[in-house]
Amino acid sequence: MWSVRLQFLFWRLIKSVVVLLAVVVLNFTVLRLAPGDPALVLAGEQGAADAAFVDQIRADFGLDRSIPEQLGIYIRSLATFDLGLSFREQRPISQIIGERLPATLLLTLTALAVSLLIGIPLGALAARRPHRALDVALTTISTAFFAMPLFWTGLLAIILFSVWLNWLPSYGMVTVGIPAGGLAELLDVLWHLTLPALTLALFYVAIYLRVTRAAVIEVIGSDFVRTARATGLPAARIWRQHILRNALLPVITFASLQAGHLIGGSIIVETVFAWPGIGRLAFDALLQRDYNLLLSIFFASSVIVMVFNLLADSLYAFVDPRIDAGPAPA
Amino acid sequence: MFPGHWTKSFAFGLAALACASTFAYAQKSGGTLNLIVQPEPPTINVGVNRLGPASFIGSKIYEGLISFTPKLEPRPELAESWAISPDGLTYTFNLRRGVTWHDGKPFTSADALFSFQKFLPAVFFRAKLVLSEAESITAPDDYTIVFKLKAPFPGFIQIFEVTGGTIMPAHLYEGVTDYRTAPANQQFIGTGPFKVAEWKRGSYIHLVKNDAYWDKGKPYLNDLYFHVIPDANSRSIAFETGKVDVLRAGDVENFDISRLANEKGVELTEAGWEFLQPIGYLHLNNRRKPFDDVRVRQAVAYAIDRKFIIETIFGGFGREINGPFYSTKLYRDTSVETKYEFNPEKAKKLLDEAGLKPGPGGVRAEIELLPLPYGELWQRQAEYVRDALGAVGIKANIASVDVAGWFQRLTTFNYDIGHNFVYTLSDPAIGINQTYLTVKGDNAGTSGGNVQGYSNAEVDDILIKAAHQNDAESRAKLYSRFQEIVTRDVPLIWTHEMVFPTVFRNKVHNLTLTGLGTNENFADVWIDH
Repeated sequence: MWSVRLQFLFWRLIKSVVVLLAVVVLNFTVLRLAPGDPALVLAGEQGAADAAFVDQIRADFGLDRSIPEQLGIYIRSLATFDLGLSFREQRPISQIIGERLPATLLLTLTALAVSLLIGIPLGALAARRPHRALDVALTTISTAFFAMPLFWTGLLAIILFSVWLNWLPSYGMVTVGIPAGGLAELLDVLWHLTLPALTLALFYVAIYLRVTRAAVIEVIGSDFVRTARATGLPAARIWRQHILRNALLPVITFASLQAGHLIGGSIIVETVFAWPGIGRLAFDALLQRDYNLLLSIFFASSVIVMVFNLLADSLYAFVDPRIDAGPAPA
Repeated sequence: MFPGHWTKSFAFGLAALACASTFAYAQKSGGTLNLIVQPEPPTINVGVNRLGPASFIGSKIYEGLISFTPKLEPRPELAESWAISPDGLTYTFNLRRGVTWHDGKPFTSADALFSFQKFLPAVFFRAKLVLSEAESITAPDDYTIVFKLKAPFPGFIQIFEVTGGTIMPAHLYEGVTDYRTAPANQQFIGTGPFKVAEWKRGSYIHLVKNDAYWDKGKPYLNDLYFHVIPDANSRSIAFETGKVDVLRAGDVENFDISRLANEKGVELTEAGWEFLQPIGYLHLNNRRKPFDDVRVRQAVAYAIDRKFIIETIFGGFGREINGPFYSTKLYRDTSVETKYEFNPEKAKKLLDEAGLKPGPGGVRAEIELLPLPYGELWQRQAEYVRDALGAVGIKANIASVDVAGWFQRLTTFNYDIGHNFVYTLSDPAIGINQTYLTVKGDNAGTSGGNVQGYSNAEVDDILIKAAHQNDAESRAKLYSRFQEIVTRDVPLIWTHEMVFPTVFRNKVHNLTLTGLGTNENFADVWIDH
């Protein structure tokens, strides 16, 4: 049984690496097709498009070589985990991403956890008596948050909680001047995290609420639940072991899909709340044609997507034993 | 004022100031000033990057030999005094003694020599261009630097403020050959009143008081924080909730500026742009139909209501302008200008004359318009220009470009009309020439200034002569003729003098003391606390 599972994971891993390589090649090619010459942008930052200067920049970053040649160099350096220098900042990219990634993961993972913790119970609650007052109220409110543009929810939250009530900070990740390290800083970060994480979570709550609700309604109506009830099992046990366990499968699917967007999905929230994350970094890098940096961010986010898909597949295998039968060798 | 010569000793004035500052020291000293930097720059080394955000922060860390008053008279900084020989050929700067770099090493003429001979020409095209006017740069002793020019160049004195003539620490660059990528560029060691304490990328940049600053008792402030807040609404909220004390132009939308300025305890100033002299440009591609015809360019000038742009789009911040010279620029001569009032009928008549008759739907010509990809305001201006041109039969399609694409298309003549704004700088020979001098071929090898591809032999001749004319009167005559020609030729449209307001809490004092405005070093800024 275990060997089958391991074999399944092994092949999934191989597949992931192949997909990753394809993504890298695609990213690289698409990016080079965009108009706008990074050397010119950099030269513009120095106040001139002096020809010799532009040539120098091109040579520095290998932009004077052919695109296939550049791609080859890029893949070779990726294989040795060398992400290179940022065109614009002249600093190692691993360092730049390392500064920003934790902030984004903190924000998005918190939002994901909160949205699951709120969305699943509320969805189950709504499904108990479909189309009754509670269900209608819950689905309407959550849909409203889903439909509201994120920047708008964020700004309203800032006006209410920061400007009027003065409870929570409106921007940033830490209070300037607070001593680094220790409990004070941790609490300060959590204090700053509240608004952006809740804004992002409210958006996702609607998804989990509706997915859970639909799945629960479907499962409640199935034969095995009726049988379980008929055999006189306690209601709580039926919910826990028969309804929720089955209803959770689509939720896991959605969560893993969303987890793939952990890096890119929070650009707007990071912008509104001045959260020093990687989404904003990607956006700035795109505007500046900082190819090296942008490609590395794409790469990092592709890796995260792969990792979460792998995790989701493994989770399936535990929650739903039937998955084992699927990838069995022919 | 600038041509000719002056030898000034500021010793007496400085002594008086020193007394005054000891008295005021107790109340003025201390406190934290919270500012916004937008967008976050790639570096705060103003020696290698002099765009707005890098200049704003770098000007507190680094210094130039001189600075400029709002009337653009030089004021001492790292140079205590200076002299220009009567023939306009020799510039001698006497450097301040007892100045140290942030790492404790002494500042001497070797640093100035290194900056002007090696560093600046290698990293900054404008510096290379202007410094090529010098026949020799020498340091006779540790506290003197002398520039001998090939020919008089009255604009020369203008390149010595912090953003144009950043003084860099020579001792950190020993053995370095590529100054643009040198690791020392990331150390941010200057002589300025503030030192770098921490740069938390994506969050803030923290500068602290330089206790060893040469101007004793200054700076008054202990800390400067430059907050990185990428959303305009969030920036405006940060100001409203008192988290930041100052908003610079571009930090928030213009309509927000008026609202915030009306709040209690908030002040607004338009001062501090005397040196940079920003003007809104509408580049017309002179190399392509239909704007290769002067009548069509004039028609565009008549078709656009520039008052509307100032009042409605820029929220009242802006001043009318009819020619290439900013209102505080020397040699401005409005009497010779051809003026283009808002008159769509005249525009249509000129288009008729140029042979652009209305076709189906009243369309005479179809052109492509590049907006300036710097946010909403510029998008709205592009939309207005599209409508105004449409009203006279020129159908304009707004292209979708980001900064990189916009820059590339402008510098390669791949556009019809392009929005822009330009710091025209105080001396025409430095800030204006590049926009009008003939460019052969594409813009490679130039500073990319004449993106409209304008070419007029007489203008070329005048601009080169005037740049090297030491006699103020003759120089004025040349520039009058220049203004006469270009306002007639309309190589581009000067939409308005940009007014960039600074909004601040009234507890902040001396914020825009000099002609450099918020790009000054802030040694004199103090707050009530």
